[in-house]
Amino acid sequence: MSIFRALAAGILSAAVIGLSGAAHADALDSIMKAKVIKVAVPQDFAPFGSAGADLKPQGLDVDMANYIAEQLGVKAEIIAVTSANRIPYLQTHKADLVISSLGKNPEREKVIDFSVAYAPFFSGVFGAKDVAVAKMEDLAGKTVGATRGAIEEQELTKAAPKDTTIKRFEDNNATIAAFVSGQVDLIATGNTVAAAITEKNPSRPATTKFIMNNSPCYVGLNKDEPALLAKVNEIIEKAKKDGTLNKFSEKWLKNPLPAGF
Amino acid sequence: MTYHLEFSALLPYWQDLAWGLWFTVVLTVVSTVAGIAVGTLGASARSFGPPWLSGLVRVYVELIRNTPFIVQLFFIFFGLPALGLKLSETTAAFIAMVVNLGAYSTEIIRAGIDAVPKGHIEAGVSLAMTRLEVLRYIVLRQAFAKIYPALSSQIVIVMLGSAVVSQISAPDLTYAANFIQSRNFRAFEVYFVVALIYLVLSILLRYLLRLIGDRFVRVG
Repeated sequence: MSIFRALAAGILSAAVIGLSGAAHADALDSIMKAKVIKVAVPQDFAPFGSAGADLKPQGLDVDMANYIAEQLGVKAEIIAVTSANRIPYLQTHKADLVISSLGKNPEREKVIDFSVAYAPFFSGVFGAKDVAVAKMEDLAGKTVGATRGAIEEQELTKAAPKDTTIKRFEDNNATIAAFVSGQVDLIATGNTVAAAITEKNPSRPATTKFIMNNSPCYVGLNKDEPALLAKVNEIIEKAKKDGTLNKFSEKWLKNPLPAGF
Repeated sequence: MTYHLEFSALLPYWQDLAWGLWFTVVLTVVSTVAGIAVGTLGASARSFGPPWLSGLVRVYVELIRNTPFIVQLFFIFFGLPALGLKLSETTAAFIAMVVNLGAYSTEIIRAGIDAVPKGHIEAGVSLAMTRLEVLRYIVLRQAFAKIYPALSSQIVIVMLGSAVVSQISAPDLTYAANFIQSRNFRAFEVYFVVALIYLVLSILLRYLLRLIGDRFVRVG
């Protein structure tokens, strides 16, 4: 064994010991001791997290972070992250929790744990209040606007009844304009887009008609932190029961939590 | 980088293309006929109408000729509903095309009218022709003969410009192309074929316009 390889092996094992040493401390204990919980929220993903007029982060995820901190009786330290680096922040212990409109998938489940869902995130059909549509079949004979090539438009083309008219627009803005101007009463889009429409045009809110693809948001945390996971789940369940989650959804997503959330 | 051309990827969508082509043809024919009617009326009003009407036509012509077609289209489709006038994308497309060609052809036909010698009009009046007869048999006939090539060009320009109506989801040829491209991601093949279709359409349209010109618009 050359001296370099020996040296490299030494550094590597030291690093491994150091890492596992940090991971062994119970995260909940350290948070309670420090009286601070570090939460990664989206930097630029309204309405979940973005800079407000005072340049401070604001959004549903920020409210959620503060709520969890408050329930724990600690201070929340908000860290603005991008969607690319939110999981690395967690893995390097720069954040205790990631509340960053994080969806669950098998690849992510291999590296981090997820709480129960705290916010809805879905694509679906939205529309004016007085349009009676509750499922795909109800679209028969109706006209729906969608952005050409978007997931929602392809889904609609596949699953909508034969006599549904799908008006395809070039980009998201044209689809939004078609709804806001009243050219269409229904649009297929994401719930964050629907929220933005309602926010800017309160006179013509885009209310949820039905969900097509559902990918709710979960709080992400490091693996092997059963105490913290249990605590976070308990707080979310309580918030769901006492209406806090619904309040957040109404405030930021402009729609109540969907049925069955 | 190698890109394998695969025109067969278009085959499943031939019906979309055919419907799009049909829409573009109908749109062109209707807006040409209606647009020239508007232009004829406009040019006549501009040259012989009372000052208020002439001024009104002038405002219309300047307004349309100095704004982009797509903005006019968006105004009709997205803007007018705010005033309570909601038009379907097809109606909006037809109206925008007629309004647009109407303004351009007003200017073109007016140039033709201006080129008719005053003496011809006076000759007609002295032969006891009514004003309308003078307009129809002396002024417009000569005007059209003079400006027919320019008008033909404008009609072809409008036909090609109609591609813009795809932006308000009117199902024309370009809309079909965009739709197919969003499904099979074969941008080169789709737009190559559609460009060819437009080219053939233009050549046929020019040929047709020349036939009509030779038959009905007598020169000299």
